[in-house]
Amino acid sequence: MLDYTNAEVVLETRDLTKHYGGVHALEGANFKIHKGEHVAIMGDNGAGKSTFVRQITAVEQRTRGDIILNGQPTQFDSPIEAREAGIETVFQNLALADDLDVPSNLFLGREKVKFKLGPFSILDNKAMREATMAGLVKTGVKIPNILNSIQNMSGGQRQCVAIARTAAFHSKLTIMDEPTAALGVQETAQVENIIRTLKEQQEPVILISHNMRQVFDLMDRIVVFRRGRICANLTIDGSIKPEDVVAYITGAKTGEEFPEAM
Amino acid sequence: MSQSSHGIGGLTFDEKKKARAPEWNVFFALLLIVGIFEGLGALLMGQSLLFDSADRFDSIFNEARLKIIILQVAIIGIIALGSTQVIILGGIDLSPGSIVGVTAMIAMSFAQVAEISAGVVNPKLMWAGISDLPVIVPIVIGLAVGIAAGAINGLLIAYTRIPPFIATLGMMVFARGAAKWWSKGQPISFPTDSYAALGAGMMPVFIFIALAILFHLILKYTVYGKHTYAIGSNEQASRMSGIKVEHHKVLVYTIAGALAALAAIVLSSKNLTAQAGMGVMYELDAIAMTVIGGVSLSGGRGSILGTVLGSLIFGVIISGFTFLKLDAYYQEMVKGIIIVGAVVLDQYRQKRNASRM
Repeated sequence: MLDYTNAEVVLETRDLTKHYGGVHALEGANFKIHKGEHVAIMGDNGAGKSTFVRQITAVEQRTRGDIILNGQPTQFDSPIEAREAGIETVFQNLALADDLDVPSNLFLGREKVKFKLGPFSILDNKAMREATMAGLVKTGVKIPNILNSIQNMSGGQRQCVAIARTAAFHSKLTIMDEPTAALGVQETAQVENIIRTLKEQQEPVILISHNMRQVFDLMDRIVVFRRGRICANLTIDGSIKPEDVVAYITGAKTGEEFPEAM
Repeated sequence: MSQSSHGIGGLTFDEKKKARAPEWNVFFALLLIVGIFEGLGALLMGQSLLFDSADRFDSIFNEARLKIIILQVAIIGIIALGSTQVIILGGIDLSPGSIVGVTAMIAMSFAQVAEISAGVVNPKLMWAGISDLPVIVPIVIGLAVGIAAGAINGLLIAYTRIPPFIATLGMMVFARGAAKWWSKGQPISFPTDSYAALGAGMMPVFIFIALAILFHLILKYTVYGKHTYAIGSNEQASRMSGIKVEHHKVLVYTIAGALAALAAIVLSSKNLTAQAGMGVMYELDAIAMTVIGGVSLSGGRGSILGTVLGSLIFGVIISGFTFLKLDAYYQEMVKGIIIVGAVVLDQYRQKRNASRM
């Protein structure tokens, strides 16, 4: 197993906390992810996984705490800013425009233009097609024809398009929120292959998943959330077993707090 | 671009996997309808609808009829170009007919002559001092009215979040009232020669075609077009992707308003008069043209080319019924059937496409 302790830290959170009124959805999360590292976030429903991701991606504004991206403390006001800074999120419910083709979806909201003219800027369709092909090659996604609208593509292909977005834009960190929850066996395999490809390319990934097999197959480390706190930080090596993870998730086993969740 | 470059990952580019452009279906429908009228014409009248059967002209086509077919849909067609964009955006615009009314009244009041012939004072002159202005004045004022009305539609829809149906229904009623108020219900007539030239002869057709080409290119090749389709397809995803959805909506409705104003200028010029009742029901005909042309009312799909073909279907039906000497009542009944039929066929086609993949 690779040791990432000395690798460059891509994202770090310190004391990240979110309260919804009296509900402490996330309490003092200290988290680190290094370059090339793939980290799974696990936990029961309502454990704080999604709240954690929503703070990082600026879908919501945190109550307190720091988010440090590439050594720089950040304060994003909107998901768009987070994305521009290089945090790409693949959502469970796909953020794709069904009637548009693959390049249009990849470049949605940040189209390449040949000639600037305000809203009437001329699109550089050729460059976007080529970048799309490059992004798909990078992730190994198979699409029969990228110029068809994506509405008739399979769930797996669509999810692949969503993930390929991150590859096309050289993001610093890819967050996937249960990317295979709605997919069949074969389609899940497709998406998992992409995650492996990202691994080979040293792209850091945070994966939220309930699928123990998937996490053990693909990830380097598991961070378990329980009742709004990080309760375990487990490097996947021979010593850790799925039963242990389940024990942490359900609270049967309680790890000490991880102030330096490594 | 070579074929294989569209496919990837060991799969070769599969021509069959490229969906047929839906405009072809509209085109085939147009041919079918022309065919039906040709058949009925041969059967009932012993004449052809489009071809010159009486040797009256020097061409194989009956040019006069072709001109009428396109001339009678050109002005509503201009409105339909705007409706197309609004519907692709996922909205609806009920106001252009009334915008035509108010714009025609206001523009015409700045386009009047003082004397209709030497020594004969224009009996309809609105303001004694304001007459014989350069043609640019009524055009600019007319466009400004349309742009203002469209922008108000867009601002209401984008920022108060009321449904487009309600916002534009309000504008429809308001603008019609404004059209009547402007001259206290009196028609406004006798424009300058240069204003009258704007809609004379085949000018409406030229303007329609030029605008159709312009907006076809804009929708296909600009960021504006891409965002219009994206918002209509998935507004939430567009917003998350960083598209300024509200700004864009205002822009699209403003353009629709401007196109309605252009239609009003051409129409009032063609008729040499403006009345408060001008343009009633135009918005519905425009929406019908876009729907027949394959534009999806749920947004995200359709094209200017489809709408132009849809407007031609409209023109052929109107001319066809006149040609067959059938009552106008049947015309409207058939139009109604075709509108519904177009949407039913489109839905059927979509389902079939989905199951084929």
